[in-house]
Amino acid sequence: MAIAHVSPSTTAHVKPERTGRKIPYLLLLPGLLWLMVFFILPLVNLAETSTKTRAASQETGEFVQTWRFANYIDAFIEYQPQFTRSFLYAFLATFLALAISYPLAYAIAFRAGKYKNILLVLVIAPFFTSFLLRTIAWKQILGAEGPVVYLLRTLHIIGPDTTITATSFAVVMGMTYNFLPFMTLPIYASLDRIDPRLMEASSDLYANGFTTFRKVTVPLSMPGVVAGTLLTFIPAAGDYVNAAILGNPTTKMIGNVIDSRFFRIVDYPTAAALSFTLMAVILILVTVYIRRSGTDELV
Amino acid sequence: MSAVTKWFSRNLIRIYAALAFIYLFIPVAYTMAFSFNDAGKRNLIWVGFTLKNWANPCGAPEVCTALGNSLKIGAISTFVATVLGTMIAFALGRYKFAGRSGTNLLIFLPMATPEIVLGASLLAMFLNLGINPGFWPTVIAHIMFCISFVVVTVKARVASLDPKLEEAARDLYANEFETFRRVTFPLVLPGIAAAALLAFSLSFDDFIITNFNSGTVSTFPKFVWISSARGVPAQANVIGSAMFLIALAIVIAAQIVGRAKAKKSR
Repeated sequence: MAIAHVSPSTTAHVKPERTGRKIPYLLLLPGLLWLMVFFILPLVNLAETSTKTRAASQETGEFVQTWRFANYIDAFIEYQPQFTRSFLYAFLATFLALAISYPLAYAIAFRAGKYKNILLVLVIAPFFTSFLLRTIAWKQILGAEGPVVYLLRTLHIIGPDTTITATSFAVVMGMTYNFLPFMTLPIYASLDRIDPRLMEASSDLYANGFTTFRKVTVPLSMPGVVAGTLLTFIPAAGDYVNAAILGNPTTKMIGNVIDSRFFRIVDYPTAAALSFTLMAVILILVTVYIRRSGTDELV
Repeated sequence: MSAVTKWFSRNLIRIYAALAFIYLFIPVAYTMAFSFNDAGKRNLIWVGFTLKNWANPCGAPEVCTALGNSLKIGAISTFVATVLGTMIAFALGRYKFAGRSGTNLLIFLPMATPEIVLGASLLAMFLNLGINPGFWPTVIAHIMFCISFVVVTVKARVASLDPKLEEAARDLYANEFETFRRVTFPLVLPGIAAAALLAFSLSFDDFIITNFNSGTVSTFPKFVWISSARGVPAQANVIGSAMFLIALAIVIAAQIVGRAKAKKSR
């Protein structure tokens, strides 16, 4: 399925011949123009907003450009815990999603036989129910009146006041859950492309199952792992829905702060500075990660 | 090793996969079960089985207005994003041109940008220009974030095409346009369909970017979010479950058609 193709190794067969030299540009123009106007320009505008300060009139939503770069430092110092938490949760959720997805993708690719396609559909299927409904469902399943807490309390595993929701555990669990298919599909796509003869060759050369897995399967599935971890980590770091539904005030992430700075406090410069810092950190991490994993072409 | 442990270790990965599937489907099952709950507005605790929510999915105030908006926004955004994205995918997959790496970067960046930054930056620009958030700003935003996913999906399909098929068409005196219309396009069509399905589900399910750019216009995810403070009405569960079943039916039908075609051509 669709997302299964989001893998770094899809290199295009470039066909240089073709007559008109203008054709590729005509094909590119409308789409790229759209991205320039509604993606790049807003980012430029956001950068410009991030160094503004409140207007002298003190009116809500009125700001003047003062090139105050200290906005970034102020914002970072004030919300450093939320930043740390966002990246910590995103790392944990990505790690857990990888731990769940790799064996799952492996089982679908190599152990499912004729049920492969059905299982693949089942991985995507939860997507078709709104993710908000599913997250709210988790809140109620794990909630104080839900079956899990009831069972654990009856068995005296947790005390009468312990809850599962409104904890950082619930937030990380929810993030892991919500981004799981983004991890599974690219890994599956990579595993599925592996020529089974390579594994046969490995066992012909007296490698045991584990050695074959470690030396053949894992390296060949790396493009999928890289794509999957990126598709999980990036949205997880900027997420605020899981923290809002499954967390409590002490599990707030940077997304929650940006949201409230924007809508409740109407402090656009701080929201802009925080957005840029978040994006910059993510881009740096992503670049380092892609460099280290040795896959260049991502799209 | 006893027979049990042997069976267990041989099927360990299958057991693991089964557990992962259970994890994936618990909240879906919960959502479905509670669509049959006779609970009125606060659908939190199981009261009793009823079919009345399914008989009257628009029973909760505003829920069908929100659903209608989501379907409209999804349809328009999917159409435009699929056309624009497919054009880019063909340019990248079939032509050599200056500025290829820049194009790749411009396609990749929106996918590497957190939704909250996409949503906030677009709203800030709209407000600066004096454009009020609403239906069309939301459509614009959805097209923007769907394009990249369409490009990636269709490009993979274009890249996997056997160039010999197009050469054969040209050898048989098809001109470039005919080759495209009768050979290339039909072969890429499944990829385009998959991309459109992906774009629609991304648009339909989007909450963060929509919440920034839709102003007072309600969408289905927004409806769920707003009502979650007091308890989501069972009608929302009905719509969520129905979408799940419809989408699943479409995907399975596509699989069956695909398999039948593959058999025929064999």
